[in-house]
Amino acid sequence: MIRLTIAAALLASASPLLAETHTVSPGEGAQARLQEALIFAKPGDEIVLEAGRYALTDGLSLDVDNVTVRGAGMDGTVLDFTAQQGAGEGFLITSDNVTVRDFALENPKGDGIKSKGADNIVYHRIRVTWTRGPHEENGAYGIYPVESTGVLVDGVKVTGASDAGIYVGQSNGITVRNSIAEANVAGIEIENSRNALVEHNVATRNTGGILVFDLPGLPVMGGGNVIVANNLVVANDTPNFAPAGNIVASVRRGTGIMVMANDKVLVENNILSGNPTAPVMVIAYTQPYEDERYNPLPREVTIGENTYDGGGYDPQLDGAEMLLAAFGGELPPVLWDGLGSVAAVEGTAGWSLNLTEAGKGLGGAQPGPLSVSEPTGEFDRSGIGAPAALEARLAG
Amino acid sequence: MRHGAILAAAALAFAGALAVQATPPPPQYVNDEAIAGTGMPRLLSDYGFFADLGGQVPVPHVYPYRLNTPLYSEGADKLRFVYRAAGTQFRADGEGLIDMPVGAALIKTFAFGEGENRRLIETRVLLHRADGWVALPYLWNEEQTDAKLAVAGARVDLTTPKGEAISYRVPNKNQCKECHGLDDAVVPIGPKARNLSGEWLAQMVAAGHLDRVPEGADQLPLWEARESASVNAAARAYLDVNCAHCHRPGSTASNSGLDLRWEQQDRHALGIGKRPVAAGRGAGGHLFDIVPGAPEKSILTYRMASPEPGVAMPEIGKETVDEDGLDVVRRWIGEMTP
Repeated sequence: MIRLTIAAALLASASPLLAETHTVSPGEGAQARLQEALIFAKPGDEIVLEAGRYALTDGLSLDVDNVTVRGAGMDGTVLDFTAQQGAGEGFLITSDNVTVRDFALENPKGDGIKSKGADNIVYHRIRVTWTRGPHEENGAYGIYPVESTGVLVDGVKVTGASDAGIYVGQSNGITVRNSIAEANVAGIEIENSRNALVEHNVATRNTGGILVFDLPGLPVMGGGNVIVANNLVVANDTPNFAPAGNIVASVRRGTGIMVMANDKVLVENNILSGNPTAPVMVIAYTQPYEDERYNPLPREVTIGENTYDGGGYDPQLDGAEMLLAAFGGELPPVLWDGLGSVAAVEGTAGWSLNLTEAGKGLGGAQPGPLSVSEPTGEFDRSGIGAPAALEARLAG
Repeated sequence: MRHGAILAAAALAFAGALAVQATPPPPQYVNDEAIAGTGMPRLLSDYGFFADLGGQVPVPHVYPYRLNTPLYSEGADKLRFVYRAAGTQFRADGEGLIDMPVGAALIKTFAFGEGENRRLIETRVLLHRADGWVALPYLWNEEQTDAKLAVAGARVDLTTPKGEAISYRVPNKNQCKECHGLDDAVVPIGPKARNLSGEWLAQMVAAGHLDRVPEGADQLPLWEARESASVNAAARAYLDVNCAHCHRPGSTASNSGLDLRWEQQDRHALGIGKRPVAAGRGAGGHLFDIVPGAPEKSILTYRMASPEPGVAMPEIGKETVDEDGLDVVRRWIGEMTP
C-alpha cells in the first residue's frame, strides 16, 4: 500500500513534465473539438491540426502557457472562418510562451490571430488570407500581437487585411522576418513598440509597404529602436481601401517604408521599386493631440544604403503635378517633411517639405532637395529583436 | 491488492447507503467540494445549488440577487444567485466588488420565454477556488432537467423577446475570461456595491452574510427606471456594465486606451475626441469614438448599433442590438457639449 502511494505521488508530480500531443481532425464538430483541445491543453502540450479544411463559426481562443499549435502546413491546414458568426478575431491567444505554426486562417470577420499580453510568442509559417483580395470589409489585422514582450514572426503570409497584414502594437523585443505581406493597406506595421527588427520580408501590392510609427493616447508610448533592413518593398500601389477613421486610411497609395513619430530608426539595405508616392517617407504625426507623453516627431532616423529603383513617379500628394514638374518628372526616393531629425548616407537622393511645425498641415511647405547630415557612428543595435530563445522553437 | 481495495471501498459505500436509509433524507446542502476542488463538475446538479433545478429554486445558503443596471444579453431573463461557504463572510470594499472569500460561487442562468414557455438555455458559474476564480459554462438539456458542462461553448437557435430568431452563443470557457479577465486573473464583474440595491445589501448584513453596507452602494440607476435618472447616469451606468469589463486598464481591450468605467472622468479616456487605434472597419468611416452632440458620427454608437462580427461591440455575447441601451447612449452623446 505504501509503495503504491509513493508510485502514485511520483506519477502525479511527473505528469506536468510529460508533454502530450492532442490531434484534431477536420469535419463534423471541429469547432467544439478544436476549442476543447485548446482549453484542456496543459503547459508543454502540442495540439496538432491535421490537414484539411475546418469550417468554423466562432472565434477560437487559447489561454494556456507554453502550448504549441501546429498544422500540416500553411496550405494544408486551413481554418475557414467564412461563416464566422461571432467574436472579434479568428484566434485569440492570451497566454505566454505559445507557438503557432504551419496553418492558415481564411476570411476571419475581424482580425486573424490576435495575441494580447502573450509574452514570448512565435508565429511561424502562418497564412492569413482574405480570399476576395483587397476589400474594405475585410478584417483589420492578419497577425496581431499586442501588449507583449518577446514576439517572433517568421515566414508568415498575409493577404487582404483592411488595416495591416502584420501588425505589432505596444510591444517590446520584436522580430518580423522572412514573411510576405501582400495586398493589405499596410503590409507590416510596428506601432508604439520598441526594439523591433523587420528584415528579409517581402512587402508588395499593399497601399504602404512597411510602416513604423507612434500614436498618442495609448497605454504604451514611446516607440523606437527599430531596424528595417534587407526587405524587398516593391509595387505597393494598391489604392487605400481602409475604412475611414483609422490611421492607415491616411496612408498614401505608393508608400514604400514610412517612419512617423519614432525614435532611433534605421532603414538600410532594402530594395525599393515601384512605390509611386515615396519609396521612403519620414514624417511627423499630422493630427492634433492632447497627450503630454507624446512626441510627434521622427527623431534620429537613419537612412542607410538602400537600392532605389526610381522614386515617386506618381505621387498621391497635394500639388503632385507641380511637384513632379519641379523635380523633373519624378520625385527623389526619400521624402522628409523637414521635422525632427534625419541622417542619410552620402548620395541619398531625396526631397524635403521643409515644414517648421508639426500638426499644421502642408500649408507651410517649401519643397526642396533633401539636405541632411550623414550618420555619425554605428547604429546601436543592442537589445533589438526578439529574444534569442524564441529561435529554438522554429526547429522541426 | 487493487481488487481488495476496490472491494473494501464498495463495501463502505454500501454500508453508508444502508445507514442513510434508516433516517430521513438530509437537508440539501451545496457541494463545497465541487466549488473548491480542482475538477470541472460535469453537471450543474453536481453543485447542489438548487432544490428544484429546473424551477431554479435555490437551496438555503444560495441567495438570489439582481443588479440595478444589468448586462444586455439578447434580452435574456437572467437569474442570479450567490453562495457563501460556511465559516466565511462577504466583505464590502467601498463601491467596488464585494469581496467573496474562497468557497463562494456566483450562478447566473439565462432564460428566454415567459411562464410555461420559459426555457433555460445556459447557466454560468463562477467558483472561487484557492488559486482564484474559475468560470464554467453549462448548457441546459432539452428536457430542462439539468445542464451539462460545455467548455467549448455552443450555439442554440432561439427567439428573443423582441421576436428576433437568432443563433444564441453560449461562450466557451476562455471567452468567459475575455470579459472576466483583469490583470490576467478571472474576477467577478457584476456584484459591485454601487450596482446592488441598498435594501438587498442591508438584508445580507442583517443575516450575517456581509460585514456592512459600504458607502457608495446603490449608485447606478435601476435600468427599468432610467427615465427618472439623468441621461448621464443612465448612459454611464450602461457603459460601465456593458463595456468597461474589457474597456479598462488591465483588461481585454486595454490596448484601445478607451476606459468606460463609471469612475472615469477623463474625457479623452471616455472616448470624447479620441481617435480609434485598432477599430478597423469597426470605425465605420468615423474619426472619433465620441463626437459631442453627434451620435451619428460617433464610433461608439456605430459599433453598438451593428450586429455584425468584426464591427459589433461587445465582440462576444451579442447577436442582436440593444435598442434601449443604444437609445440612452445616443441621447447622452447628443446632449454633450463640445
